[in-house]
Amino acid sequence: MFSSFMTNAWISGTIVAVLAGAVGFFVVLRGASFPAHAIPNGAFAGAAGANLVGLNPLVGLVSFAVAAALGIGATSRRTRNDVATALSLVLMLALGAAFLTLSTEYEPAINALLFGEILGVSRSEIVPVVVLGVVCVVALVALFRPLVFTSVAPELAEARGVNATLIETVFLVVLALSTALTVPVVGALLTFSLMIGPPAAARLLSSRPSRAIALSIALALVTVWLSIAASYTFNLPIGFFVGTLGAVLFLGARLWGALRARSLRRAVL
Amino acid sequence: MNWLFEPGLFANQSVRTALLVGAVVAVVSGVVGIFTVLRGQSFAGHALTDVAMAGGAGAFLAGVAPLVGFVGGGVVGAGAMDVIGVQRVKGRDIATGVVLGAATGLAALFLYLSATQSAATGTTQLILFGSIFTVQSSTLPAVVALSAVVLATLAIIGRPLLLSSLNLELASARGVRLRAIGFVFMVILAVSVGLSAIIIGSILSTALLIGPPASALKLVTRFGAGVVLAVVLGVLATLLGIVLAYDSYYWTSSHRALPVSFFVVVVVVVEFTLASLVQRRRRSKAPVPARAAVHGDPIGWH
Repeated sequence: MFSSFMTNAWISGTIVAVLAGAVGFFVVLRGASFPAHAIPNGAFAGAAGANLVGLNPLVGLVSFAVAAALGIGATSRRTRNDVATALSLVLMLALGAAFLTLSTEYEPAINALLFGEILGVSRSEIVPVVVLGVVCVVALVALFRPLVFTSVAPELAEARGVNATLIETVFLVVLALSTALTVPVVGALLTFSLMIGPPAAARLLSSRPSRAIALSIALALVTVWLSIAASYTFNLPIGFFVGTLGAVLFLGARLWGALRARSLRRAVL
Repeated sequence: MNWLFEPGLFANQSVRTALLVGAVVAVVSGVVGIFTVLRGQSFAGHALTDVAMAGGAGAFLAGVAPLVGFVGGGVVGAGAMDVIGVQRVKGRDIATGVVLGAATGLAALFLYLSATQSAATGTTQLILFGSIFTVQSSTLPAVVALSAVVLATLAIIGRPLLLSSLNLELASARGVRLRAIGFVFMVILAVSVGLSAIIIGSILSTALLIGPPASALKLVTRFGAGVVLAVVLGVLATLLGIVLAYDSYYWTSSHRALPVSFFVVVVVVVEFTLASLVQRRRRSKAPVPARAAVHGDPIGWH
């Protein structure tokens, strides 16, 4: 499990988990689950397109993810947010379907993009992942206060002169960049699971932003590490473990919250 | 008309079935979609297609009829979302997201297992992107029957559902049981989305559910007119998309037809863009009081 060909899997999995845990906290806080689902799928179309014209998949992933983020940001100013997201999503997926028809892609390669192929990560791919990952984390740290402010008290933030639209767009771009890094490792469909399950559980367990972020990153790390180990042991796709562990964590946190509320009530009575 | 309708288009049995099935799905999606857009449940509407997909993949693996898997998976997903708390507007996207995440995990497992166990290739793409040209005409009766059930249920709960979609307090004061109505709508959504996902794939299912109704709501203010326009726009996009996809076979020398889903989505997005332009022109022309009325009463309820 820790042999040399697994080293890249552990390194890239760890980076991805830290990133998804941190970005995911803001996704959950801002109720941005739908964009967080739509952007990875847009990125998938980009990878298919890059493959068609012979570019590096990461170029396609990043450009399509950022385009999807900007598209959602621009359209949602005039339309309902969820409608704008849904239409951007189907447009991206339709382009992806067209690219796949035109290219003669081998089916396992498509499955890898959709469901993740952590063993396929090579040493040369880790460098851009690290660089972009650091950029995203720095951006999140810089944006921490306005992001929390506009999420928790949007009216107050506006009254204080915070440009909510700008913050939202920048956040979507950070989301897009971190998505583009995560897709090749855990796949388009499961990038989303990692950004929702652990952070949603962390938010249920702690109401203080800084502590919840730390918890969210920790839970995402546990999810990814357990998933890599389980995927290696049982020889099943990593996406299955990431998806189910995320849901299990969330349900566990819900149960924990209910139990604690009950014991509190009993203590008060 | 030869430039649009390539020779042999209507003589082709699978094209005729595709046109017919596509039209049925577009009608149901338009009607269900109006409520989905008004209730702001696009995410749930889309997520249920992926949940249905997991059900479909499971059915494929277990050797059960795919329709049972798609519709059953969607209904189970809707139930799970309801339990976690899709009713409360605040945590709604999270509840949807958690169920979606778990379902995609299961889909990954099922697709992997069926890919390793059977020699059939292209399962993933078929389930994900659908192929309207491979619809068997024998599934038509089941599709029509389920569509009729969906439309009939909507006809019964339509009025309280619309009221609860527009104004929760008023609906509650009128004695509408919000939670029950919300749950029934989620089940209707799951059935119709599962139905369209199996026939036209999950991309098109969302495109037809959200696109035409959103365009219609930009163009007309009355609810009835909105439903009719959504259905017309949806059917138009489907039929045009199928015809263009058939034609695209002749466009390249390599004779590689582009997928139907691509063309239908393009038509849907063009419709939406045009509707947005018309709406913006009208608003800039309308005198100030009329503009206020348009804002305050989006679908002519009063």
